[in-house]
Amino acid sequence: MAEQIRYLTPVAVDTKKDKYCRFKKHKIKYVDYKDANFLRQFLNEQGKILPRRLTGSSLKYQRKVSKAVKRARHLAILPYVTDLMK
Amino acid sequence: MMNQYETVFILTPVLSDAQVKETVKKFINFLKENKAEVTLKENWGLKKLAYPIKHKTTGFYNLIEFKAEGSVIGKLETQYKREEKIIRFLTFKMDKNAVIYSTKKKKLKNQKQNKKPQIQQSKQAKPQLKK
Repeated sequence: MAEQIRYLTPVAVDTKKDKYCRFKKHKIKYVDYKDANFLRQFLNEQGKILPRRLTGSSLKYQRKVSKAVKRARHLAILPYVTDLMK
Repeated sequence: MMNQYETVFILTPVLSDAQVKETVKKFINFLKENKAEVTLKENWGLKKLAYPIKHKTTGFYNLIEFKAEGSVIGKLETQYKREEKIIRFLTFKMDKNAVIYSTKKKKLKNQKQNKKPQIQQSKQAKPQLKK
Protein backbone atom coordinates (compact mmCIF):
# COMPACT_ATOMS: atom_id res chain seq x y z
CA MET A 1 0.00 0.00 0.00
CA ALA A 2 2.34 2.64 1.23
CA GLU A 3 4.54 3.08 -1.75
CA GLN A 4 7.44 5.33 -1.55
CA ILE A 5 6.73 8.73 -3.00
CA ARG A 6 9.10 9.64 -5.74
CA TYR A 7 9.84 13.09 -7.00
CA LEU A 8 11.21 13.91 -10.41
CA THR A 9 13.21 16.73 -8.97
CA PRO A 10 14.69 16.54 -5.52
CA VAL A 11 12.55 18.35 -2.98
CA ALA A 12 14.15 21.48 -1.68
CA VAL A 13 14.70 21.01 2.00
CA ASP A 14 17.10 23.21 3.88
CA THR A 15 17.84 25.49 0.95
CA LYS A 16 19.11 28.51 2.74
CA LYS A 17 18.56 31.87 1.15
CA ASP A 18 21.54 34.05 1.64
CA LYS A 19 20.71 36.96 3.86
CA TYR A 20 22.25 40.32 3.21
CA CYS A 21 21.94 43.80 4.55
CA ARG A 22 19.96 45.83 2.05
CA PHE A 23 21.40 49.07 3.34
CA LYS A 24 24.94 47.95 2.74
CA LYS A 25 24.05 46.55 -0.66
CA HIS A 26 22.36 49.70 -1.92
CA LYS A 27 24.63 52.01 0.06
CA ILE A 28 21.81 53.69 1.93
CA LYS A 29 23.34 55.74 4.70
CA TYR A 30 20.28 57.33 6.23
CA VAL A 31 16.92 55.76 7.09
CA ASP A 32 14.20 58.32 6.54
CA TYR A 33 11.36 58.27 9.05
CA LYS A 34 9.06 60.11 6.65
CA ASP A 35 8.95 57.31 4.10
CA ALA A 36 6.21 55.10 5.55
CA ASN A 37 6.13 52.66 2.65
CA PHE A 38 9.83 51.96 2.94
CA LEU A 39 9.62 51.40 6.69
CA ARG A 40 6.68 49.04 6.22
CA GLN A 41 9.13 46.46 4.86
CA PHE A 42 10.54 46.16 8.35
CA LEU A 43 7.22 45.71 10.13
CA ASN A 44 4.91 42.75 10.52
CA GLU A 45 1.15 42.86 10.11
CA GLN A 46 0.59 44.19 13.59
CA GLY A 47 3.06 46.99 13.04
CA LYS A 48 5.82 45.44 15.13
CA ILE A 49 9.44 45.82 14.10
CA LEU A 50 10.78 42.62 12.53
CA PRO A 51 13.90 41.09 14.03
CA ARG A 52 17.26 41.24 12.34
CA ARG A 53 17.22 37.50 11.79
CA LEU A 54 14.32 37.93 9.36
CA THR A 55 15.25 41.16 7.60
CA GLY A 56 18.95 40.45 7.43
CA SER A 57 19.96 44.01 8.26
CA SER A 58 23.25 44.58 9.97
CA LEU A 59 23.14 45.77 13.56
CA LYS A 60 24.15 49.29 12.63
CA TYR A 61 21.21 49.72 10.29
CA GLN A 62 18.74 47.77 12.40
CA ARG A 63 19.29 50.38 15.10
CA LYS A 64 18.65 53.14 12.58
CA VAL A 65 15.52 51.42 11.30
CA SER A 66 14.14 51.03 14.78
CA LYS A 67 14.80 54.67 15.55
CA ALA A 68 13.16 55.78 12.32
CA VAL A 69 10.11 53.60 12.97
CA LYS A 70 9.75 55.00 16.45
CA ARG A 71 9.95 58.56 15.17
CA ALA A 72 7.37 57.80 12.51
CA ARG A 73 5.07 56.29 15.13
CA HIS A 74 5.33 59.36 17.32
CA LEU A 75 4.33 61.58 14.40
CA ALA A 76 1.41 59.31 13.45
CA ILE A 77 3.03 58.40 10.14
CA LEU A 78 2.99 54.76 11.24
CA PRO A 79 0.56 53.22 13.73
CA TYR A 80 1.66 51.90 17.11
CA VAL A 81 -0.78 49.00 16.90
CA THR A 82 -2.86 47.67 14.03
CA ASP A 83 -4.22 44.57 12.41
CA LEU A 84 -3.82 43.51 8.82
CA MET A 85 -1.52 46.29 7.76
CA LYS A 86 -0.51 44.55 4.53
CA MET B 1 28.46 75.41 19.05
CA MET B 2 25.75 75.42 16.43
CA ASN B 3 23.96 72.16 15.74
CA GLN B 4 21.59 71.31 12.96
CA TYR B 5 18.11 70.34 14.09
CA GLU B 6 14.97 69.13 12.44
CA THR B 7 11.55 69.78 13.87
CA VAL B 8 8.14 68.57 12.76
CA PHE B 9 4.83 69.61 14.25
CA ILE B 10 1.22 68.68 13.57
CA LEU B 11 -1.47 71.35 13.72
CA THR B 12 -5.17 70.72 14.29
CA PRO B 13 -7.19 70.30 11.09
CA VAL B 14 -9.80 72.87 12.18
CA LEU B 15 -7.55 75.77 11.14
CA SER B 16 -7.81 77.70 7.90
CA ASP B 17 -4.83 77.99 5.54
CA ALA B 18 -4.12 81.52 6.72
CA GLN B 19 -4.07 80.41 10.35
CA VAL B 20 -1.66 77.60 9.51
CA LYS B 21 0.67 80.00 7.76
CA GLU B 22 0.44 82.40 10.66
CA THR B 23 1.43 79.81 13.27
CA VAL B 24 4.30 78.52 11.13
CA LYS B 25 5.51 82.08 10.71
CA LYS B 26 5.26 82.61 14.44
CA PHE B 27 7.61 79.71 15.13
CA ILE B 28 10.03 80.71 12.42
CA ASN B 29 10.15 84.20 13.90
CA PHE B 30 10.69 82.68 17.31
CA LEU B 31 13.65 80.72 15.96
CA LYS B 32 15.10 83.77 14.26
CA GLU B 33 14.79 85.76 17.48
CA ASN B 34 16.92 83.12 19.14
CA LYS B 35 19.65 83.50 16.52
CA ALA B 36 18.75 80.33 14.71
CA GLU B 37 19.35 79.97 11.01
CA VAL B 38 16.40 78.39 9.21
CA THR B 39 17.68 76.24 6.35
CA LEU B 40 14.49 74.55 5.16
CA LYS B 41 10.78 74.79 5.72
CA GLU B 42 8.32 72.34 4.28
CA ASN B 43 4.57 72.14 4.36
CA TRP B 44 3.27 68.61 3.84
CA GLY B 45 -0.33 69.79 3.92
CA LEU B 46 -3.29 68.02 5.46
CA LYS B 47 -2.39 64.39 6.09
CA LYS B 48 -4.26 61.51 7.61
CA LEU B 49 -2.95 60.39 10.98
CA ALA B 50 -2.17 56.73 11.54
CA TYR B 51 -4.10 56.88 14.81
CA PRO B 52 -6.30 59.58 16.37
CA ILE B 53 -4.59 62.27 18.45
CA LYS B 54 -6.89 64.35 20.64
CA HIS B 55 -9.88 62.93 18.76
CA LYS B 56 -8.53 64.25 15.45
CA THR B 57 -7.91 61.97 12.49
CA THR B 58 -6.11 64.45 10.25
CA GLY B 59 -3.55 67.20 10.74
CA PHE B 60 -1.38 69.79 9.04
CA TYR B 61 2.25 68.66 8.99
CA ASN B 62 5.02 71.21 8.96
CA LEU B 63 8.76 70.68 8.95
CA ILE B 64 11.53 73.16 9.75
CA GLU B 65 15.26 72.55 9.55
CA PHE B 66 17.49 74.99 11.36
CA LYS B 67 20.90 75.57 12.85
CA ALA B 68 20.94 76.75 16.42
CA GLU B 69 22.47 76.52 19.87
CA GLY B 70 21.33 73.60 21.95
CA SER B 71 19.73 75.88 24.53
CA VAL B 72 17.12 77.03 22.00
CA ILE B 73 15.49 73.60 21.83
CA GLY B 74 14.12 73.70 25.36
CA LYS B 75 12.58 77.10 24.76
CA LEU B 76 11.11 75.98 21.45
CA GLU B 77 9.49 72.94 23.01
CA THR B 78 7.91 74.98 25.81
CA GLN B 79 6.51 77.24 23.08
CA TYR B 80 5.09 74.16 21.38
CA LYS B 81 3.46 73.03 24.59
CA ARG B 82 1.87 76.42 25.15
CA GLU B 83 0.42 76.51 21.65
CA GLU B 84 -2.96 74.79 21.69
CA LYS B 85 -3.11 74.41 17.93
CA ILE B 86 -0.21 71.98 17.99
CA ILE B 87 -1.27 68.42 18.69
CA ARG B 88 2.10 66.69 18.26
CA PHE B 89 5.72 67.71 17.73
CA LEU B 90 9.16 66.14 17.36
CA THR B 91 12.55 67.82 17.43
CA PHE B 92 15.86 66.08 17.02
CA LYS B 93 19.47 66.73 16.19
CA MET B 94 20.44 65.71 12.67
CA ASP B 95 23.46 63.46 12.43
CA LYS B 96 26.03 63.60 9.65
CA ASN B 97 24.13 61.30 7.30
CA ALA B 98 20.83 63.07 7.86
CA VAL B 99 22.39 66.36 6.79
CA ILE B 100 23.79 64.78 3.62
CA TYR B 101 20.41 63.19 2.89
CA SER B 102 18.51 66.46 3.29
CA THR B 103 20.91 68.44 1.11
CA LYS B 104 20.61 65.79 -1.62
CA LYS B 105 16.84 65.92 -1.36
CA LYS B 106 16.89 69.68 -1.65
CA LYS B 107 18.99 69.46 -4.81
CA LEU B 108 16.59 66.95 -6.36
CA LYS B 109 13.67 69.18 -5.51
CA ASN B 110 15.32 72.15 -7.15
CA GLN B 111 15.99 70.13 -10.27
CA LYS B 112 12.37 68.98 -10.40
CA GLN B 113 11.12 72.52 -9.99
CA ASN B 114 13.27 73.58 -12.90
CA LYS B 115 11.98 70.72 -15.02
CA LYS B 116 8.31 71.12 -14.14
CA PRO B 117 7.54 74.18 -16.27
CA GLN B 118 8.90 72.36 -19.34
CA ILE B 119 6.60 69.37 -18.75
CA GLN B 120 3.60 71.62 -18.36
CA GLN B 121 4.46 73.33 -21.59
CA SER B 122 4.64 70.03 -23.44
CA LYS B 123 1.29 68.97 -21.97
CA GLN B 124 -0.26 72.18 -23.11
CA ALA B 125 1.22 71.71 -26.52
CA LYS B 126 -0.26 68.23 -27.05
CA PRO B 127 -3.97 69.14 -27.15
CA GLN B 128 -3.22 71.77 -29.71
CA LEU B 129 -1.78 69.08 -31.95
CA LYS B 130 -4.94 66.98 -31.62
CA LYS B 131 -7.13 69.83 -32.71
